[in-house]
Amino acid sequence: MTELAADPKLSATKLAPGDHAEGMSYLETLPRRLVTLYLPLGIILIVLLFPFYWMTLTAIKPDAQLLDLEKFNPFWTTAPTLRHIVKLLFESAYPQWLWNTMLVAVVATTLSIIASVLAAYAIVRLRFRGANWVGGAIFLAYLVPPSILFIPLSSVVFQYGLFDTPFALILTYPTILIPFSTWLLMGYFKAIPYELEECALIDGASRWQILTRIIVPLAVPGLISAFIFCFTLCWNEFIYALTFISSTQNKTVPVAIVNEFVDGDIYRWGSLMAGALCGSLPLVILYAFFVEHYVAAMTGAVKE
Amino acid sequence: MTDVALKAATAPSAGTGTWAMLAASRNWLGAWFMLPAAAFLILFLAYPLALGIWISFTDARIGQSGTFIGLENYEWLADDSVFWLSVFNTLLYTSVASAVKFAIGLYLALLLNENMPFKALVRAVVLIPFIVPTVLSAIAFWWLFDAQFSIISWSLRHLGLISGNIDFLGNPWNARWSVIFANIWRGIPFVAITLLAGLQTVPPSLYEAATIDGANRWQIFRHITYPMLTPIIAIVMTFSVLFTFTDFQLIWVLTKGGPVNATQLMATLSYQRAILGSHLGEGAAISSAMIPFLLGAILISWFGLQRRKWQQGESND
Repeated sequence: MTELAADPKLSATKLAPGDHAEGMSYLETLPRRLVTLYLPLGIILIVLLFPFYWMTLTAIKPDAQLLDLEKFNPFWTTAPTLRHIVKLLFESAYPQWLWNTMLVAVVATTLSIIASVLAAYAIVRLRFRGANWVGGAIFLAYLVPPSILFIPLSSVVFQYGLFDTPFALILTYPTILIPFSTWLLMGYFKAIPYELEECALIDGASRWQILTRIIVPLAVPGLISAFIFCFTLCWNEFIYALTFISSTQNKTVPVAIVNEFVDGDIYRWGSLMAGALCGSLPLVILYAFFVEHYVAAMTGAVKE
Repeated sequence: MTDVALKAATAPSAGTGTWAMLAASRNWLGAWFMLPAAAFLILFLAYPLALGIWISFTDARIGQSGTFIGLENYEWLADDSVFWLSVFNTLLYTSVASAVKFAIGLYLALLLNENMPFKALVRAVVLIPFIVPTVLSAIAFWWLFDAQFSIISWSLRHLGLISGNIDFLGNPWNARWSVIFANIWRGIPFVAITLLAGLQTVPPSLYEAATIDGANRWQIFRHITYPMLTPIIAIVMTFSVLFTFTDFQLIWVLTKGGPVNATQLMATLSYQRAILGSHLGEGAAISSAMIPFLLGAILISWFGLQRRKWQQGESND
C-alpha cells in the first residue's frame, strides 16, 4: 500500500520538470503530451468536424440505408450514391439559387471593397478634420447587428422599390461589409511607409494616383483578406435574404434550403444534406486556397 | 491658411478655381473619398436605425405607415409574458453559450499554440465550422437532433446509456440546451483562432524568465498569458456576446422559437411579430429593446481596452 501511495508522488516529482517547461516542450515526455495535448485536441476536433462528416455521409447514402439504423451500420455506407446530388443539381432550382447567392456576394463585396479602400485611405492618410471620429463611428457601425435593422430596412427597401430584387441584398449587405473591411484595410494602410507617398507627391502625383499606383498594389494581401471574408459573410447572411426576398427564383441558397426543401417528406434528409453540402463546398474550397488570408482577416479586424 | 499652403504644395500643376480647391484641399478630398462608404452607411444603416426606433413608437403594419402612439408598444410588451420569456431565453442563451465558448475557445487556443506535427493543417481545420454558412451547418444539426433518427440517440442507446430516443428539440429544456450546444459549436473556432493570434504575440522571453524564476504552469498562465491576452479577450468576447445575443438563423432553422416559445429569442420574436404577424411597430419595439443590452456589451469592451492601455503604458493605438 505504501508503495502504491508513494507512486503518484514519485511520478509527480518526475514530471515536475515538465511543469516548469512551458516553451521548452521538447522536455515533455510523450505520454504526458498524449494526455494533455493530443487527447483533448482530438476530442475537440472530432466534435467540430462530425457534423460535416454526417452531412456528407447523409448526402451520399441511399434512402433505404438512411432510415434503417438497425440493419445497416449508420456510421458508414456500403452503397454510396450520387442520386441526391444529381437530383438537386438537375431537377430543382438549386443552380439558380447558387447563381443568385454568387451574384449577390460578388457584387456586394466588390462595391464594399471599393468604398472601403477610399474610406480607409481617407481616414488613415488624408487625416481630414474629424478623421478619428469617422474611424470610431465606422467601428460602431460594425457593432450594429442585422437583427435590429431588418424591420426598418424592410420598409426602406419597400419604399425604394427594391423589394424582391437582388438589389435589395446587393445594397444592404455593404452595411455589414463596409465597416469590417474599412477597419481591416485601415490596419494595412497604416503599415505602408509615409516616405513612399511623400516621394510621389514631390514627383507631382495626385492623391488619386498615389492611391491607385502605390497604396492599393502594396495592400493586395489586405484586399484579398477583405474580399474573401466579405464574400463568406455575404454567403452566410440570412435574415435580410429571408425578409427582403419573396419569390422562389430570387432566393439565396440558405433561405431557399430552409423554405423550399422542408416539406413533410420523410425522405427529404438526403436532398437537404446534399443541398447543405453543395452550398458549403464553394466556401470551403475558397478557404482552402486562402487560409492565411482568411485568418489574417479575422484576427486583423479584432486586433486594432 | 495652412490649407492654402498645402494646396500649393500638393497640387502645383492644378489650375485655380473651385474645382482645383475641391480636388486639393485635404478636408474636401477626405469628404470625396468618404462619400461612397458614407452613402451606404447613412442610407442603409444610420437612417434605418433611427427609423426603427421611430417605428417602435407607432402602430405601423406591413404596407401602412402607422401613427404615433407613444410608448403603447412598450407598455404592451411589458405585460406580455412571451416577451419576458424571450428576454430570459436570450440572456440564458447568451450567458451560457458565451461562457462556454470562452472557456473551451481559450483552452483550444492554448492547445493549438503548442508545438506539434501538422500544426498548420490542424489550425486550418479548426476554422471550418466558422466558414460554413450557419444555416447549412444548422441543418446538419437539425438532422443530428432528429427525434427519430438522431445518431446521438442511436449511439447512446447502443452504449446502453439510455433506453429510448432523446427528444432533442421537442422538450423545452432539451431544446434550449440543444440550440446552445449548436451555437457553442459554431462559435468556438472564432474565439480559439483569434485568441491564438493573441497568444502568438506574447514574447517567449517572458515565459523563459518566469520558468527560470520557478513559476509553475498555472502561475505562468495567470500572471503572464492572461494579462497579455486581456485586450484581445475583451474584443473577442464583445463580438461573441453581441452576435450570440442577436442570433437569429440558428434558432430559426432548428426550432423557429418552439416548443411553446422555449427557445424564442428576442430576434426571432421580433421577426415573428413584425414580418409574419405584420405588426411592424411591436416587432420594432422588441428589437429596440435589444439596444441597451448591446450598448452595455460595447461599454464593457471599451473599459476592457482602457485597462489594457493603462497596463501597457501606451497613450494611443
